[in-house]
Amino acid sequence: MHEMSIALSIIDAVAAKAEEEHAKKVNGIELEVGKLAGVEVGSLKFCFSAAAKGTIAEGAALDIREIQPVGVCSECGRRFSMNFYYSTCDSCGSFKTDLVSGRELLIKSIILEE
Amino acid sequence: MCNTCGCSSSDGAVIYKPGDASYHVHVDNDEHGHHHEHDSHAHEHTHGRQVVVEQDVLLRNNLLAERNRGYFEAKNVLAINFLSSPGSGKTSLLEKIIPLIKTDYPVSVIEGDQQTTRDAERIQALGVPVLQVNTGTGCHLDALMINRAVREMELADSSLLCIENVGNLVCPALFDLGEAMKVVVISVTEGEDKPLKYPTMFLEADVCILNKTDLLPYVSFDAAKCRENAMQVNRRLEWFDLSAATGEGIDVWIEWLKSKLKKD
Repeated sequence: MHEMSIALSIIDAVAAKAEEEHAKKVNGIELEVGKLAGVEVGSLKFCFSAAAKGTIAEGAALDIREIQPVGVCSECGRRFSMNFYYSTCDSCGSFKTDLVSGRELLIKSIILEE
Repeated sequence: MCNTCGCSSSDGAVIYKPGDASYHVHVDNDEHGHHHEHDSHAHEHTHGRQVVVEQDVLLRNNLLAERNRGYFEAKNVLAINFLSSPGSGKTSLLEKIIPLIKTDYPVSVIEGDQQTTRDAERIQALGVPVLQVNTGTGCHLDALMINRAVREMELADSSLLCIENVGNLVCPALFDLGEAMKVVVISVTEGEDKPLKYPTMFLEADVCILNKTDLLPYVSFDAAKCRENAMQVNRRLEWFDLSAATGEGIDVWIEWLKSKLKKD
């Protein structure tokens, strides 16, 4: 259940930003989560609502955008959509492919109540 | 309340020293501690001023991990994060390799478990400095726990630091500790499809050790298939077959490890 640690990290980061902006409350948090980031979106939402209780982010809506993973073939240079940590190149069939996106875990923006 | 010192710290990790019942350090995760009762404010729509953040969720952990990494580099300490499911033989592997390394290089160990100092006691019996981090309910070590533990130790220059993570093939993969490399251990009593079932860990690892090879004649484990599965997930993995129990294959791994310990 590392989603609880992730939720607490989100709250820490968001609370620091909200304080910097002299906000009263955080109403919303926009996140980008790669489909291969190793984070269960359902668990994260569940943990977040529990972890946010009593903090400036209590009740904040989580707006999570999932990022489709993209791989690049190191043989032919093709960029293609990946659904798992490894995949053969859909053009040349090489196994030498690398994931270049899809592991994001980013706080994009927050919505603050003044 | 902490049941060792009676302080108000109730959750969060605690560092222990085997054989010293009075010693313990709380790894403070303070900012989250305040739970006040509020009416819940559920909103259908989100109102307010939008502020761009663009920050990695694990930024704080990652920054601290880089501080640890800088410290290790400055002291020429090779820090290795050992990861596996519970029971793959991480502690047994350490018990086997430490006596063979410590004649040439100082070795220290940080043990991570949810509870007990059992692993630290096993390592202490080898006569090397060891601290135990008990994560409580936590499922992984993080950079703060390592930072705190390292401050309690006197790491020797040009030494090996073995960090044995909490036995868990999922969560520890996400948390950088500042180590130079991650070593994942699997054993032949597990399934050869483990690298496919827990790919994040194998993707993050630099080295994979297949342990308990002495049991291969007694189990239906396909070692070649397991390696193939792991290589599919991460083709850069360095691979070692060995048995921590019998010592078979240990010399190859020790030789490799010593080559990494030599200053470049």
